[in-house]
Amino acid sequence: MDKIYEPALHFREVDYSVGDIHILKKITGSFPKGKITTLVGPSGAGKTTLLKLCNGLISPTSGDIFIHKKPIESFDPIELRRFVGIALQSAPMITGTVFQNLSLPLELRGEKLSEEDAIRFLEDVGLEDKFLHWKTDDLSGGQRQKVSIARTLINRSEILLLDEITSALDRTSLHEIEELITKINQKYGVTIIWITHNLDQALSIGDYTWVMMGGKVIETGESELLKSPKNELVRQFVQGDLS
Amino acid sequence: MTYVTLSITLIFVVIPLVLSRTLRLGLEKDTIIATIRSIIQLLAVGYVLKFVFDSENPLYIFLMVALMIVAATQNARTKGKAIKGITWKIAVTLIFVEVLTQSIMLGFNIIPATAQYIISTSGMVIGNSMVLSILFLNRFTAEVESHDDETELILSLGGTPKQAINRQLINAIKASMIPTIESQKTMGLVQLPGIMSGQIIAGADPVQAVQYQLLIIFLLLTTASVTSILLGFLSYPSLFNQRMQLLRK
Ligand SMILES: Nc1ncnc2c1ncn2[C@@H]1O[C@H](COP(=O)(O)OP(=O)(O)OP(=O)(O)O)[C@@H](O)[C@H]1O
Ligand SMILES: [Mg+2]
Repeated sequence: MDKIYEPALHFREVDYSVGDIHILKKITGSFPKGKITTLVGPSGAGKTTLLKLCNGLISPTSGDIFIHKKPIESFDPIELRRFVGIALQSAPMITGTVFQNLSLPLELRGEKLSEEDAIRFLEDVGLEDKFLHWKTDDLSGGQRQKVSIARTLINRSEILLLDEITSALDRTSLHEIEELITKINQKYGVTIIWITHNLDQALSIGDYTWVMMGGKVIETGESELLKSPKNELVRQFVQGDLS
Repeated sequence: MTYVTLSITLIFVVIPLVLSRTLRLGLEKDTIIATIRSIIQLLAVGYVLKFVFDSENPLYIFLMVALMIVAATQNARTKGKAIKGITWKIAVTLIFVEVLTQSIMLGFNIIPATAQYIISTSGMVIGNSMVLSILFLNRFTAEVESHDDETELILSLGGTPKQAINRQLINAIKASMIPTIESQKTMGLVQLPGIMSGQIIAGADPVQAVQYQLLIIFLLLTTASVTSILLGFLSYPSLFNQRMQLLRK
């Protein structure tokens, strides 16, 4: 990582524990502004925890997080969460229809989403307009993920956190979503942090990649370079010997 | 009723004991404890009330009501251990409901300002308020736990704690009030309410008894709604911290 870039988010010696469980250990590093950083690592590595720290759903036990060089605590929590949007791993839905779920971000600030706008967001994630009035309980896992992505996009955040948003998608949908996110990144300069289990995806779509294991970041760098890693653990992980 | 006839009423305790024994329900011990407790507590209350009524000293009325509130708070707080500061929140709720209902009843001269009326209506209000608090807290903690993903979702989209917990709060408030409303629908048809039965047995005019019972039904509706809503609004903020994060367990 020799290139000079401006960090959108910066972690300095961040620890996170719940009771006796030490989940994140001394995380230090930056997520470059306007770039896509992918986050990979085995299950339980602490990826989701790290993402939730970025938009203040949880706070570090110790250490500091900076967003555009300002300490994260200096932001109002509500403003922060709109500015740094997240698509949660489980794609949770509020009980009701797809439209109610898409309306949620605006409704929370007392605004309304028009049906035309909602349909446009659905099209963006590759869902037909007929789904607009479906109950979310009737959606497949993949369709839920798409609704969840669309809902996250509605806040038009400058930083987007994506947690395994393609894990239930077929190949075609997967490529559609990858294209959509790349477009958002390139057209609007949105900074993206993207967790994925799919290593090929992480290395192909990312500008930079972080590899996490056991609550630590064991490697960071340009995604391209990680295809032939120097670190032994990373090499094993990339070759699929670890997971 | 003489003490001899009163002892004969113990037949009604023996029946469940025998049934529990033969069907191996294992409820004998609890039944006996419940019986002994109710005998001791009610007799004690009877003598205390007699003393308070005879003395007509407002201080004793105040002490009786305060005692009821302390006992009710103690009883209800075990259901809300997950919520920080639940003890004083329940106490504030009970005091508020009691002051509100008594001010209306005394202010409009609905009941005379005597120990007899104040203490019996307070007993009903505080007792019901306690049951409502327990129902509310049980339901609210269960709702919060089972829908924590929705709460997190709403927070993550920039919602306030109030918005994030609103559905669970409303559900718990509604659910805790339903038994009060439902039982009042069949009142008089299926069940003669306890106090009315008591008054009629004691020889009161049934119409007069009905009037008092109506007062109590209305009173308990206010008690139920004010208790659930006030306790709800006092409780939910403790589930979050300053940074608007949901506190777990
Ligand atoms: N609130 C919590 N209480 C206790 N343990 C937790 C809590 N949150 C996370 N953990 C633990 O921290 C570790 C990291 O969790 P995290 O969800 O961040 O992993 P992950 O890398 O996202 O895994 P996955 O790929 O399976 O989603 C796990 O072992 C998890 O059990
Ligand atoms: Mg995860």
